[in-house]
Amino acid sequence: MGAHQADSNRKLIGWLVAGAIGMFGFGFALVPLYDVLCEQLGINGKTQSTAAVYKPLTVDTSRTVTVEFMSHIQTDMPWQFVPEVKRMEVHPGELVRTNFNAKNLSLAQTLGQAIPSVSPGQGAAYFHKTECFCFNQQLLEANADAQLPLIFYVDPDLPESISTLTLSYTLYNITDRGYVGAIEQGAAK
Amino acid sequence: MSTITQDSPAAHDDHHDDHHHGAPKGIMRWILTTNHKDIGTLYLWFSFIMFLTGGAMAMVIRAELFQPGLQLVEPNFFNQMTTVHGLVMVFGAVMPAFTGLANWLIPMMIGAPDMALPRMNNWSFWILPFAFAILLSSLFMEGGGPNFGWTFYAPLSTTYSPDSTALFVFSVHIMGISSIMGAINVVVTIVNMRAPGMTWMKLPLFVWTWLITAFLLIAVMPVLAGTVTMVLTDKYFGTSFFDAAGGGDPVMFQHIFWFFGHPEVYIMILPSFGIISAIVPAFSRKRLFGYSSMVYATASIAILSFLVWAHHMFTTGMPVFAELFFMYCTMLIAVPTGVKVFNWVATMWRGSISFETPMLFAIAFIILFTIGGFSGLMLAITPVDFQYHDTYFVVAHFHYVLVTGAIFSIMAAAYHWLPKWTGNMYDERLGKIHFWCSTISVNVLFFPMHFLGLAGMPRRIPDYAIQFADVNQIVSIGGFAFGLSQLIFLAVVLKCIKGGEKASAKPWDGAEGLEWTIPSPAPYHSFSTPPEVK
Ligand code: HEM
Ligand SMILES: [Cu+2]
Repeated sequence: MGAHQADSNRKLIGWLVAGAIGMFGFGFALVPLYDVLCEQLGINGKTQSTAAVYKPLTVDTSRTVTVEFMSHIQTDMPWQFVPEVKRMEVHPGELVRTNFNAKNLSLAQTLGQAIPSVSPGQGAAYFHKTECFCFNQQLLEANADAQLPLIFYVDPDLPESISTLTLSYTLYNITDRGYVGAIEQGAAK
Repeated sequence: MSTITQDSPAAHDDHHDDHHHGAPKGIMRWILTTNHKDIGTLYLWFSFIMFLTGGAMAMVIRAELFQPGLQLVEPNFFNQMTTVHGLVMVFGAVMPAFTGLANWLIPMMIGAPDMALPRMNNWSFWILPFAFAILLSSLFMEGGGPNFGWTFYAPLSTTYSPDSTALFVFSVHIMGISSIMGAINVVVTIVNMRAPGMTWMKLPLFVWTWLITAFLLIAVMPVLAGTVTMVLTDKYFGTSFFDAAGGGDPVMFQHIFWFFGHPEVYIMILPSFGIISAIVPAFSRKRLFGYSSMVYATASIAILSFLVWAHHMFTTGMPVFAELFFMYCTMLIAVPTGVKVFNWVATMWRGSISFETPMLFAIAFIILFTIGGFSGLMLAITPVDFQYHDTYFVVAHFHYVLVTGAIFSIMAAAYHWLPKWTGNMYDERLGKIHFWCSTISVNVLFFPMHFLGLAGMPRRIPDYAIQFADVNQIVSIGGFAFGLSQLIFLAVVLKCIKGGEKASAKPWDGAEGLEWTIPSPAPYHSFSTPPEVK
C-alpha cells in the first residue's frame, strides 16, 4: 500500500467517522426538533405548558364550539380524577372556568402530574389555558381531595372545520420520582 | 472483460509480515486473521449459527401457536421469543451474512488484494459474538430477557421492561459499532482500492449496492445507538425522553426508531438486489438489462428510504397531511423497485436459461419478493393500514421480503460462489432438494398469514380465537418443514467443503467478473498485483 493511498484512506475514514458521530448527535437532536416541529405546526395535540395571557377579545357569539373533557389514570395512580363537566358549549374568545375533582384514595401522600392532550391535534394551538393544574404537580395527603381549576378560552381563529375540541388529561403518579418542577424545567432531558 | 496478471502467491511473500503462502494453522488463524476471505468465512458461519438459533426460537413460537390456548410456554416467555427471534435474525443472521459476502466478494470483484482496513475488519467481526452472547444470556436472567418486541417501543422497553434491559442496550451498541466499522471498511475499499480501469460504471452491481448500503449503515446505525441510549437513561437514570409524566413523548420514540428502522429494512435488501443482478445474467447467458438504471434505482431507493418512516405509524394519530405525505412517498419507492424487477425479467427474456440451484433461488426471489412488495403497497394505503396494522398481514409482508427476499438471495449467493470459495462443486441434486423443500414450505408457512391478518389475528400474541385454529396449524407445519429444510443446506455446504467435483476457475459459463478469473478455490491472497481492467 503506497503512502499516497494510506493518506487518502485516512482522509476518507475521517469523513466517515465524522459522519457516524454526527448522526449519533442527530439522533439526539431529533428530540428538541420534534418538540419544535410539533409546536410550530401544532400537530401533536400538545398544549402549551405555561399560562397564556388573556387579552380581552371580542367574543364571537355567532359561533359555538363544543369542548369535551376526559381524564385517564395511570395504573399505579391511586386517585380518583374526573372532570366536573364532561361537555360544554363555548363561544370563541370567551374565558371559561371549569374544575376537575381529584381524590387520593390511598393511605399515603401522593404526588401527581397531569399531562394534557387535545384532539384533533391541529386544534391544540387554538386552545389557550390561562390557568391549569397541569402547570404544576399536585400533592394530596392520604384521603384528601381537591378541586383542580382550569381556566381557558378558545381562539377565535380556530379553523371552521373544527367544531369539537376534546381535552384529555392523563394523571401520572410521580411520588417516587422525586423531581420537582420537571415540567417547568422542560423535563430532565 | 479483463486481463489478469495473476502471479503465484509465493512470488511475494516477503512483502509484508502477515503475507504467507496459505493460511496459518490452528485456532489462532481465525482469531488473529486479517485476511478478507477468512473474515468472510467467519461472518458467514456466524450468520448461519445465528440463523439456526433464531430459527429455533421461531419453532417455539410456531409450536405454541399450533393450537389456540396456552400450552407450551408462558406468555412472557413467548414475548421473549418473538423479540429475540427478530433481533437475532435481523442483526445476527441477515446483516452479518451480507457483511460476510462483502468481505469475500468485494475485494475479488474490484481486483483488490484485501479490504482496505484489515485490522479493523478483524475487530468488527470479533465483537459480534460478544454482542450476541450478552443478548442471549439475558434470556437466562431473573425476570427474563427482552420481551418488548424487536422494535422495543417505549414505554414497553422503559417503564415495563425486565431488569436485563441494560444488557439488551449494550448488545445493540456493540452490534451497531460492528456494523459501522464494517461499513466504513467497505466504503474505503471500494473508493480507494479499485483496480486500474475499474471505473464507477463498470463496478459489479453487488459492489454498487453494498456501497450504497454502507452509506445507509453509517447514517442510521448511530441513530439506533442513540435510541437505545435514550431507553437506557429513561429506564435507569431518570430522564424522560419518552415519558409523558416527565415532559417526554412515547410517540417520539417511534419516530426516532423508524427513522432508523425503515432505512434498516433497505440495508437488508439492497445487497440482495446486487446478488440477483449477478446471478440472473450468469444463468441467462446474457448481459444484465439496464445496468445504469439499476445503479440509479438503488440510489433513489436509498434516498427515498429516509422519507417514508412514518408508514409504520399511520395509526398513531398523525395529522392528515402527514398521513398523505408518507403514503405517497412510500408508494413512490415501488417505482425504482419495479424498475429492478422489470430489468431482471428483461434479462431473462430470450436468454438461454439453465436452472441450477443459484438460479432457482434467484427466480424464486424475484417472484416472492415481488409478492412482498405488493403486500407492502397494500399496507402503504393509509386507510387500509388501519385494518392491517399489527396483524399477521404485516408479519406475512415482512417475511416475504426478508425470508424469501433477503435470505433466499443469501442462499442463492452461497450456491453461486461456493465453488469459488471451496474449489469444489456442491451437490446439485441436494441443492435442488433444498430449494424445493424450502420454497414449498416457506409458502405454506407465510402465505396463509395474509389471510389470518385480513381476518384480524393480531401479531405477537401467544393465544388466538378458535376460528384461526386451522390456518395456524397449516402455518406451523410449514414452519417446521422450513426449519428442517435448512439442515439440508448445512449438509450441502459441509459436503462441498469436504470434497466433490473440482470446480474450474469459472464454473458458470455465463458468469462475468474478476472473481471468475482467479483459480478455484480462490488463493489465500488474490490480486496482490492489481489486474488491468479494460
Ligand atoms: C414496495 C416496497 C415496500 C412497501 C411499500 C412497504 C410498506 C410497508 C408498510 C406500510 C409497513 C407497515 C405496516 C404496519 O405496521 O401496519 C411495512 C412493514 C414492514 N416492512 Fe415493508 N414495505 C416495502 C418493502 C419492504 C422491504 C424490502 C423490507 C425488508 C427487506 C420490508 C420490511 C418490513 C418490515 C420488517 C416491516 C415490519 C416492521 C415491524 O413492525 O416489525 N418492507 N412495510
Ligand atoms: Cu418501512
